[in-house]
Amino acid sequence: MLNVVDLTKSFTAPEGGRVEIVRVSRFELAAGEQRALRGESGSGKTTFLHLIAGILAADGGRAEIDGVDMANLPEAKRDRLRAHKLGYIFQTFNLLQGYTVLENVLLGMSFGPRGVDRAHATEILGRVGLAHRLGHFPRQLSTGQQQRVAVARALANRPKLVLADEPTGNLDRVSSKEALALIREVCRENGAALLLVSHDDGVLAQFEGMQDFSRLNEARKGVAL
Amino acid sequence: MTLPLIIYRSLRQHALSTLITAGSIALACGLLMTVWVVKTQAQAAFVSTSTAFDAVLGARGSKLQLVLNGIFHLEASPGNLAWADYEFIRKHPAVKTAIPIAVGDNLRGYRIVGTIPELFTNVEYAPGKKYTLTGGGKIFSDASREAVAGSFAAERLGLKLGDTFNPFHGLAFDEKNQHAEVFTVTGILAPTNTPADKVVWIPIKGVQTMSGHDPKAATDVSAVLIQLRTATAGFMLDMMINKQGNRMTLAYPVGAIMTELFGKISWFDRVLALVAYLVALVAAGSVLASIYNSMSARQRDLAILRALGARRRMIFGAVVAEAACIGAIGAAAGFGIYFALIAGVAEVIRAQTGVVLNVTAGHVVLWVCPLLMTALCALGGAVPAFKAYRTPVAETLAPVS
Repeated sequence: MLNVVDLTKSFTAPEGGRVEIVRVSRFELAAGEQRALRGESGSGKTTFLHLIAGILAADGGRAEIDGVDMANLPEAKRDRLRAHKLGYIFQTFNLLQGYTVLENVLLGMSFGPRGVDRAHATEILGRVGLAHRLGHFPRQLSTGQQQRVAVARALANRPKLVLADEPTGNLDRVSSKEALALIREVCRENGAALLLVSHDDGVLAQFEGMQDFSRLNEARKGVAL
Repeated sequence: MTLPLIIYRSLRQHALSTLITAGSIALACGLLMTVWVVKTQAQAAFVSTSTAFDAVLGARGSKLQLVLNGIFHLEASPGNLAWADYEFIRKHPAVKTAIPIAVGDNLRGYRIVGTIPELFTNVEYAPGKKYTLTGGGKIFSDASREAVAGSFAAERLGLKLGDTFNPFHGLAFDEKNQHAEVFTVTGILAPTNTPADKVVWIPIKGVQTMSGHDPKAATDVSAVLIQLRTATAGFMLDMMINKQGNRMTLAYPVGAIMTELFGKISWFDRVLALVAYLVALVAAGSVLASIYNSMSARQRDLAILRALGARRRMIFGAVVAEAACIGAIGAAAGFGIYFALIAGVAEVIRAQTGVVLNVTAGHVVLWVCPLLMTALCALGGAVPAFKAYRTPVAETLAPVS
């Protein structure tokens, strides 16, 4: 499902020069597999997810999703591939505050392969326990409910791969556990692979397949190129 | 669904700035449309109003003053003509109809014009349209103390059949200058949408012999309204009266003189149009500023949309379309301002001149202006749209870990 080879990314440092943030020689994720990556803040794990999702353009290497190399696609095609194959759950949920719960999910769907499917959006929101909140705005929801909207939006397009970046970072322990269980369950139901990054041991402990991102990432942090 | 939803939600989220911006566009659009339509309608109405007569004969002076005084009942008469002059022109073989008028009195600000009954019985005030009375009554008879009120004057003065009044001396109302003669209203004209509507008509002898008027002018006329048998006759009379004579002036052709008037005051149109253009530019600029200033607040939403799979060009299009929508909303509201303005302007013109503008008439500017305004706003939206286009997704969404 996901095959990363020699993926690299560097940024221009404020003081000048380039600083390498990500250098991953090899990383694979099978279809339907659920894997967690441990990484401290600043380890480059969000950048790694952004590269896989095509939100950032890679400097080099490959990030194949279902056989299509995201890293070497032009931007418009990366956008298309992301919308068609990926679901992304952000730490801060990144819900559109001016849109209702249902509209947030519908908008996510509108860029996907199947287009807007109101019935499916309603169904998946029901699946995450928000059937009675369709017309609410994110600000009218609890943090846990907002997280559920983010999960529903990420999964509404039936993605092949779900990327979750500290998805429970803003939740308390009980909500975090529930949210994580929900994400994993819905991914399983949809046959989607899940790649989750977190620095929370409680979250990481629930994954059989856990990998330390600091070992995976060979970038020489803080060293100007 | 996506683009309309994004535009709708964005407009809702920035409802106040949307309303203010759309308001300024409405004002610009309304002003532009009003300036154009009033200009065109007024010119058409004034020129068509003067089609009843081909020429106006009066004392030596300004042709324009003669036309304004004789046809539009504005301005003062440049002087008097002797009755013999009227008789001379009436009997001229080139003249089909000659109607003398005498002015110099008013009824509470509405001009009293003395004339002969033939004006109402023989003359068409517009092609195929003759004066008619409303609610019965009759046209005054010569040498009587009777009056026929124009529809607008009757409405404003509250005149009814059988009412009596004393004229006031002069063209401007001064209650101290009341004449002793009493006139009785014997007829009220049906609306003609011409300056005749704002006049109180009495027999010409009534004006000529009014107490307090110069007895030596008891047979004089202020002007003679002329219908010619042929167009070429006008040039012949023009040569005879204006070029070879030095006592009288023939204002001919009336339509050309009015067109010339509009040509002379066209600078005013241009100033108004310039003001309207500037307002339009400011309005388009306000769309640009309004959206541009809200870009920092929108950037996160735009980045989220990008992360969900929206392409850059779609984001660009959404912002441009939003600007165009603000322009379209403003342009639509501009019709409200337009109708309010033109109704007001038309009423003022009617009250001042008796000429009625056709405010419901179509005009090319009524669709060109809203379209151009919307396009101008879309163009203004291109600047913030470009900023939106360049929104860095990763940096905007979250700090990179």
